[in-house]
Amino acid sequence: MKIHEYQAKELLEDYNVAVPAGVATSSVDEAVEAAKEMKENGSSLFVVKAQIHAGGRGKGKTKNSGASGVILCKTIDEVRDAAESLLGDVLVTKQTGEEGQKVQRIYVTDGVDIEQEFYLGILLDRSKSKNVIMVSTEGGVEIEKVAAETPEKIVKEWVEPGMDLQHNQARHLAFALGLEGDAFKKAVKFIMALYNCYLETDANMVEINPLVLTTNNDVMALDAKMTFDDNALFRHSDIEELRDKSEENPVEVEASEFGLNYIKLDGNVGCMVNGAGLAMATMDIIKLSGGDPANFLDVGGSANVETVKNGFRIILEDENVKAILINIFGGIVRCDRVANGVIEAVKDPEIAEKVENVPIIVRLQGTNAEEAKEIIDNSDLNVISAVLLKEAAEEVSKVLA
Amino acid sequence: MSVLVGNDTRLVVQGITGSEGSFHAEQMIEYGTNLVAGVTPGKGGQEHHGLPVYNTVADAVEKEDANTSVIFVPPAFAGDAISEAAFAGIETIICITEGIPVKDMVTAKQIVNSHGATLIGPNCPGVITPGEAKIGIMPGNIFTPGKVGLISRSGTLTYEAVDQLTKAGLGQSTAIGIGGDPVIGTTHTDAVKLFEADDDTEAIVLIGEIGGTAEEEAAAYIQENVDKPVVAFIAGSTAPPGRRMGHAGAIISGGEGGADAKKKALRDAGVTVVDSPAEIGITLKNLLETA
Repeated sequence: MKIHEYQAKELLEDYNVAVPAGVATSSVDEAVEAAKEMKENGSSLFVVKAQIHAGGRGKGKTKNSGASGVILCKTIDEVRDAAESLLGDVLVTKQTGEEGQKVQRIYVTDGVDIEQEFYLGILLDRSKSKNVIMVSTEGGVEIEKVAAETPEKIVKEWVEPGMDLQHNQARHLAFALGLEGDAFKKAVKFIMALYNCYLETDANMVEINPLVLTTNNDVMALDAKMTFDDNALFRHSDIEELRDKSEENPVEVEASEFGLNYIKLDGNVGCMVNGAGLAMATMDIIKLSGGDPANFLDVGGSANVETVKNGFRIILEDENVKAILINIFGGIVRCDRVANGVIEAVKDPEIAEKVENVPIIVRLQGTNAEEAKEIIDNSDLNVISAVLLKEAAEEVSKVLA
Repeated sequence: MSVLVGNDTRLVVQGITGSEGSFHAEQMIEYGTNLVAGVTPGKGGQEHHGLPVYNTVADAVEKEDANTSVIFVPPAFAGDAISEAAFAGIETIICITEGIPVKDMVTAKQIVNSHGATLIGPNCPGVITPGEAKIGIMPGNIFTPGKVGLISRSGTLTYEAVDQLTKAGLGQSTAIGIGGDPVIGTTHTDAVKLFEADDDTEAIVLIGEIGGTAEEEAAAYIQENVDKPVVAFIAGSTAPPGRRMGHAGAIISGGEGGADAKKKALRDAGVTVVDSPAEIGITLKNLLETA
């Protein structure tokens, strides 16, 4: 699960990780008030940042006002202009795609004076099954770029499973950033606190880019990106509340409410499959058959009438869908039951109307596959049956031709 | 003629009185697997499917000589169930449960390793040696005894591959579902090592998917150490980066985990990689016939 920058920073503060002062708001007036208060506390520079989940905000542009997603302001009037240009507009970044994301909230922060920028990230190293903390002197740059071009500039420490980060590891990382004296001590404290936050909240990624050393010798998180392990949210109701569904694809949200795992893609052939691996393989075979997958959809183990009906509804919300491939490997679930479920779903008036011009290819394999094929073939519906995956692929090619 | 599980298996089912555990325990017994006990904390002393139920795995090991466990415990408690099995001296632990927090798995895996046990999964269909032992949730009827070792991160895609092998006249020595999570006990490389060392396995089918670098690591191992023919398929060539495709571990992120890099690494290591999931069985058959 993703959260916004302002939410991540509020969480970090709770764990004593240093962040610049900031206020999140969806009102221009409140943004101005927040900046005024910061000014009274000595701030002379402010940053107004669009709060959307996608990255690349600084280089992004809003559709109407043409503003950047991150605006540096020297005066209160500039803060007002920045807030007005961002709120309600649609920000397009490298990660949002052309449609962009509506800016519903901005974050006004103290524009600290930067002496030096660094990178700090924590995530799971899958090949070692250990959490890894990475730092780099190359702050403000995408870490993938640093890893590809100058991997020697990334220094890592792996945390022993089930144990705390050791102080010497944090010292090693802080020294690697070239820090000394008071700044070194603050960096060690920052790293220890950040790892504690990562671990306690069941985060699966925290990225501070840039981590900055200010001219006042403070070490703080200028930006913060955090994502959480969905499987651990059951023990973090406070973090689950931070979920912003307006940032997610509404059809995907709807699907998840039906217990379906759906991801929208840009293709023309919809698919409905039991099991994630087979669903990915089905998308691949659609591509090899001359189509493009319109979605990923895993209906899970049950594949009963209700799940199949909901699957059809979700897939058919996408107008680009020209054909649908259903691929069910019936193991303990019997294929004849799935076949009857598919027929009942297709006969549902709401679905029947929409699939009139959308050929459906049903591939059922496993227990009672032949009986299932007969059931499909004997129905007078616009449904093509297949038993082998190869046959299903050929049928997809035919209907697209 | 097998790895990990077979006629010597003495199986304890952790979570045997739950609905999943109960259903699949019955299916495993029906297949002929040697089940010796069940464990549900607080239900020790009861009987289930004619098997004694114990409060702890240690009791099942002490009283019934259990050497293998299969776990059907809900995700919040499954990491703990894995470490309990390791502490009790179980040699092979097979965890079916999907949705275990990564933090719990990092700790559980460490405990498994420090006790010298082997963990399969989690989030996997299990392990089957056809004709001897079925441990997990796979449909037993599609498998046939034979000489092909199969390794897969997925459930139904495993069944698809097995079905193709069986129809091509190629039986299986053992099929290992290693699981779709980011932290798993036995990796592709570990499973390849087992099959390379197994005299009754003549060929290996490796099914991978996007996410992580486990397939690349297996490729490096195969290049140096494996002489048996290997056919591979990698699912997710059409998956977009940054999106989790169902399995918790199936995500392309940080420029890592794409299907093309995995296919290339495997091809460079001499593995026959198929682009179409419909051609796994026929490709291995042709490969073995021309060899």
